[in-house]
Amino acid sequence: MTAAPSTMPLIEVEHLTMRFGGLVAIDDVSFSARSREITAVIGPNGAGKTTVFNCITGFYKPTIGRLTLRGAGAEFLLERMRGHEIGQKARVARTFQNIRLFPGMTVLENLMVAQHNKLMRASGWSLLGLVGAARFQRAEAAAVDLARLWLERIGLTADADRPAGELPYGAQRRLEIARAMCTEPVLLCLDEPAAGLNPRESAELNQLLVSIRDRDGIGVLLIEHDMSVVMNISDHIVVLDYGRKIAEGGAQAVRNDPAVIRAYLGTDEEALDA
Amino acid sequence: MGPRLPLMLKDAGLTAFVAAALGIFIVGFRTVDQGGGKGLGFDYHLVDLAVAVVVIFIGRLGLSMAANGLRWPAIVLGVAMIAAGASPMKLPSGFLHWFVALGGVLLVIRAIWPWANDALGAAARTPSGVILGKAGAKWFGWLLLAFAVLMPFSPLADQKTMDLGVLILTYVMLGWGLNIVVGLAGLLDLGYVAFYAVGAYAYALLSTQYGLGFWTVLPLAGMMAALFGIMLGFPVLRLRGDYLAIVTLGFGEIIRLVLLNWFDLTNGPAGIGSIPGPTLFGAVFAETPPPGKQTVSEMLGIAFDGNHRLIFLYYIILGLALITNLFTQRMRRLPVGRAWEALREDETACQALGINPTNTKLTAFAIGAMFAGFAGSFFAAKQRFISPESFVFIESAIILAIVVLGGMGSQIGVVLAAVLLIGLPEWFRDLGNYRMLAFGLAMVLIMVFKPRGLVSHREPSIRLHPAGSGGGG
Repeated sequence: MTAAPSTMPLIEVEHLTMRFGGLVAIDDVSFSARSREITAVIGPNGAGKTTVFNCITGFYKPTIGRLTLRGAGAEFLLERMRGHEIGQKARVARTFQNIRLFPGMTVLENLMVAQHNKLMRASGWSLLGLVGAARFQRAEAAAVDLARLWLERIGLTADADRPAGELPYGAQRRLEIARAMCTEPVLLCLDEPAAGLNPRESAELNQLLVSIRDRDGIGVLLIEHDMSVVMNISDHIVVLDYGRKIAEGGAQAVRNDPAVIRAYLGTDEEALDA
Repeated sequence: MGPRLPLMLKDAGLTAFVAAALGIFIVGFRTVDQGGGKGLGFDYHLVDLAVAVVVIFIGRLGLSMAANGLRWPAIVLGVAMIAAGASPMKLPSGFLHWFVALGGVLLVIRAIWPWANDALGAAARTPSGVILGKAGAKWFGWLLLAFAVLMPFSPLADQKTMDLGVLILTYVMLGWGLNIVVGLAGLLDLGYVAFYAVGAYAYALLSTQYGLGFWTVLPLAGMMAALFGIMLGFPVLRLRGDYLAIVTLGFGEIIRLVLLNWFDLTNGPAGIGSIPGPTLFGAVFAETPPPGKQTVSEMLGIAFDGNHRLIFLYYIILGLALITNLFTQRMRRLPVGRAWEALREDETACQALGINPTNTKLTAFAIGAMFAGFAGSFFAAKQRFISPESFVFIESAIILAIVVLGGMGSQIGVVLAAVLLIGLPEWFRDLGNYRMLAFGLAMVLIMVFKPRGLVSHREPSIRLHPAGSGGGG
């Protein structure tokens, strides 16, 4: 996977606005994220972080705005693509705030489903697969190898044949990230990956995310509440409040930004305005 | 325990009262034509009602005893009921004997259930709702297959059993076909019988109008049904769950109504008759050959026997069912099969992984419909007469019940459920009107004791560690 040159942003979000009836969930938000960087989107509850993610990954159609992804040598306008094409063609993968694994299927099967499009082509849309063609068997073996690699990286090799729903919570979080990575994405969007993790698991997650950034060289977009995760590993932070971007920059700059402090500590705005 | 007894008696009394209040209209009276122009009159069944209420009172009392740890009194009550049922006591109908005895059997089962459970649990701590382990299921499957292949040559094979065998195998095939749609892809299809009808009418029309043979039409009928599946599926498969169920239910009715009303094509309610049966290398199953044809007995040089046709039909449907099964097993291990199961588990996650949900569902729907089409053309060739009456909603419901009771996605479960749901009502035809009651009871019992179906074990489509090694689960 060749990443875009680091001078060009991997994804550019321009004037993104999302209205639900009269409710403006996101109001003219622009930011960008680069390859080989972890970009965190933070903000208080209801700030519109997940809505931004849902627009990028095609679960919502933005009311206004342009979402440009510069992937492997091609440019995609995400707001014009159908939901599944964003994963299939633009190679944007995501995880969910409330884990969405395939609980009845095994850990390995979860990682194989993630490689669906590649394997469908290799199986000749099932025709070659039905007759057991060598080409398909090679592709499947390669897919198992990729899955095995990720199982090792998240430490779940021994649990490969267990139903995913039986895994402990922290392991399910890691598996969901591995499943997203098995789609071989250029951009990985993680919606609160540290939610519900204990400090040790949280530290392991940090390591995993850093290794994804450095070893796999892709862009990571991260929604997170856990400041130990955000401040330790983010290269770039975007702060949202009430659907607007209120700050952007490095960890240190954002931490000292008065607007951010006001949003998080809840300073009485009327008092300030008066 | 002592102070609970009045409560239990009160509870049992209340239950008996409810049963009496409901039963007085359902069981107590029956309107009968008195004949001779005297109009309708009542036929009283108060003894039946009284027996039923007493059984319900004792049964409820026994169940609460069993639930409160008074196992022995419950067992005594149960055994007493069995004895009463089996006794030559004079009751208005034979069924009441069955009713009393069956109630006793259930009570005894409930009373010894905790012990049985402990004993089983000690032997093998299995995940919830498993009758057969994975090794057991495989072994059992081969045994069933051997039985099915050899059955026509066994002394069991009289005409009645063979007919029943063909019927059960037809439903097994339909169950396996629907299993792709409901069990694997998780699409609740309440109109599956529509595709069965398409296959049946495709063969009936092509053979009677254009003289095409069974083996030529069989693939055509499957393709036709698959085409209908795609036609229906394309607009509706973006619906989820209940909405899809309602639309498919409607589609099933539309097909039936079209068959009923498009008189020029389908001959309406009168149906299509004299459909030719399947041929064996061009030879027909008949005593005297039609002009230009050869009979099978001539070709093989054996004496004519009416049963040969039945045996031949039996092997055709066995073969078709096995093809359905093998195809499904194979598809499950391909990317598309895994995508079906993933869609059943979580459609949103599938979309995030770049899987096209509509296309994937459409393949499941079309393939399921194709097998229904095969089964339909077999049905037409077997019956030699079809009419819209064979393709009513209850057929869809029975096929769906076979899949759900068997354990969604389980191939062997479908066989067990088909034998249970199709075979038992046929064997118990002597019960007359109470047959459907027994059918309902069997369904309720399965759902109470095996909520995930008879066979709920799921074999992974691929393993990293060989089965049985320590690493796996």
